[in-house]
Amino acid sequence: MSHPPSESAGAAAQPGQGSLSAPVIEPGHTFASVTDKISAIVLSRQSPRSWFVGFAISFVLLMVFLYATGYLLATGVGLWGNNVPVAWAFDIINFVWWIGIGHAGTLISAVLLLLRQEWRTSINRFAEAMTLFAVACAGLYPLLHLGRPWVFYWLLPYPNTMGLWPQFRSPLVWDVFAVSTYGAVSLLFWYVGLIPDMATLRDRARRRVAQVVYGILAMGWRGSAVHWHRYQVAYLLLAGLATPLVVSVHSIVGLDFATSLLPGWHVTLFPPYFVAGAIFSGFAMVMTLAIPLRAVYGLEDFITLRHLGNMAKVMLATGLIVAYGYLMEAFFAWYSGNEYEWFLTINRALGPYAATYWSLIVCNVAVPQLLWFRAVRRNVPLLFVIALVVNVGMWLERFVIIVTSLHRDFLPSSWDMYYPTVWDLAQFAGSIGLFLTLLFLFIRFLPVIAIFELRELVHDTEEGHA
Amino acid sequence: MSSQDVALYGLLAEFDKPEDLFEAAKRTHAEGYRRIEAYTPIPMEGLAEALGHHTTRLPLLTLLGGVLGGLTGYALQYYASVLDYPLNVGGRPLHSWPAFIPVTFELTVLGAAFFTVLGMLALNGLPMPYHPLFNVSEFKLASRDRFFLCIEARDPRFDAERTGEFLRRLGSRAVYEVPP
Repeated sequence: MSHPPSESAGAAAQPGQGSLSAPVIEPGHTFASVTDKISAIVLSRQSPRSWFVGFAISFVLLMVFLYATGYLLATGVGLWGNNVPVAWAFDIINFVWWIGIGHAGTLISAVLLLLRQEWRTSINRFAEAMTLFAVACAGLYPLLHLGRPWVFYWLLPYPNTMGLWPQFRSPLVWDVFAVSTYGAVSLLFWYVGLIPDMATLRDRARRRVAQVVYGILAMGWRGSAVHWHRYQVAYLLLAGLATPLVVSVHSIVGLDFATSLLPGWHVTLFPPYFVAGAIFSGFAMVMTLAIPLRAVYGLEDFITLRHLGNMAKVMLATGLIVAYGYLMEAFFAWYSGNEYEWFLTINRALGPYAATYWSLIVCNVAVPQLLWFRAVRRNVPLLFVIALVVNVGMWLERFVIIVTSLHRDFLPSSWDMYYPTVWDLAQFAGSIGLFLTLLFLFIRFLPVIAIFELRELVHDTEEGHA
Repeated sequence: MSSQDVALYGLLAEFDKPEDLFEAAKRTHAEGYRRIEAYTPIPMEGLAEALGHHTTRLPLLTLLGGVLGGLTGYALQYYASVLDYPLNVGGRPLHSWPAFIPVTFELTVLGAAFFTVLGMLALNGLPMPYHPLFNVSEFKLASRDRFFLCIEARDPRFDAERTGEFLRRLGSRAVYEVPP
């Protein structure tokens, strides 16, 4: 063991600037101990009972998803509650919700890397996994909403016998490129991050199957100094590419709405406010996942109160930006002097969907204010509840934006109400099942925390303070 | 290279601490060995330079991928919207370049990302399913907490005995022969 637990390691774990807060890694850890602890979750430890229970529930929900999807393909989108004037409803709400959740993963892995925030290390791996699975859920919704999903490839530009091309002036086509690029780059980023850990698992694995599978995935990684050098350059470049990408993706999602002429959508504020909302909901989801994960697998040494506290602060900050967005939406409507805009604002707050609007304000604006208090940021169960509330709030936000804007537009003769059907709900619950099933499989078969980055953290903290 | 060395890929020295490896790498390079490589469980800043590797062309590949991706994106849209399927929408210009920027941007990022990752793998010679070093069972610890330095047999200064003696004097924990 190259680094025996020592006084210096304990002192080292207190980072210089953050001496007031908890450490990013608890003292006493060595290269060997972090490697063994994280790889044991995958290779040797018996999965806890809660894993099986959680996986079973998720798997049942996944079956619900497959059933709902199968029935939808056989019958058509008439199963869903959307109809003119509310032609976009659960499908687009859930699309925006899922893709927003994904954004925190990229933010944690790319932006915090560029900003040299060492606390990202313990949470980036599963935040990236979360991104990938959330993008998978998000991508399915617009496809299922196509009506004839089996010709989804018509969205892509390719020379075809119909002699047609996509309309490149439409944000919906931009979305196809943005989301597929985002999915591909997230996958690359995640996989590149996994390569050295795959080598660690290959070298630790006892069973032949595991050795072969992790061996293939590691691609013969040996940890050579020259390889590491190129690897780090590549990782940094990818982070630099992913950062503007994540902003562009949700801006384009915002433009899906903003380029229309519909009151409530036609706002220049949308792209930045959507990006802030995405980060807000994404951090809430990371917290929702991290808190049970660290409790069940005993990862409190690596995902410390410092991580939770920092994520809470990011949530508070982005929550305030989102609150500013709500305020400005209302202000723009009033200041524009446009009676349709102003009607929409009043209708949102006092119309038939007023309950969703005020619930959204409570969830996204009122409740996160608790995070101003240090005692709240250190209270793990309470943080978990707040994160769940924010997840609900951000879902409601998309509901309010989409449904209340559509259901009463210019002509009262075209007004109508939207109510989700049981298939809307089944599809939504099912997509949560898809997300959680993938996540449970990830926890079981891949290292949830970047092992080599933890080793680096142990090394850096010892070197900096020894 | 003498005949008895042909059977060897090289000699592998094992170290306990990153600092020891770093020192050994510098001394090995100073001694004139050039076909050398260090293997570590963590990326170590300056180690590649100490072994005599200075720059990587990877950023250039990223730039190339980005430029190619961006040009492809813009050309695709120009061809589709202006040349092959011109569609008059309310008299707006066919070459409406601001609307082409988002797709151009996305494809720039996509091209750059693929070139970065594939370029990194290609320059590193990965995937490589077999490597002589995997024959040394202790080498498994290179992904846990041990640090290794390898002098390859094809180095002109390599001599199984003298090089082995040199590696032992560097403060290594053990020296292994690596079969090819």
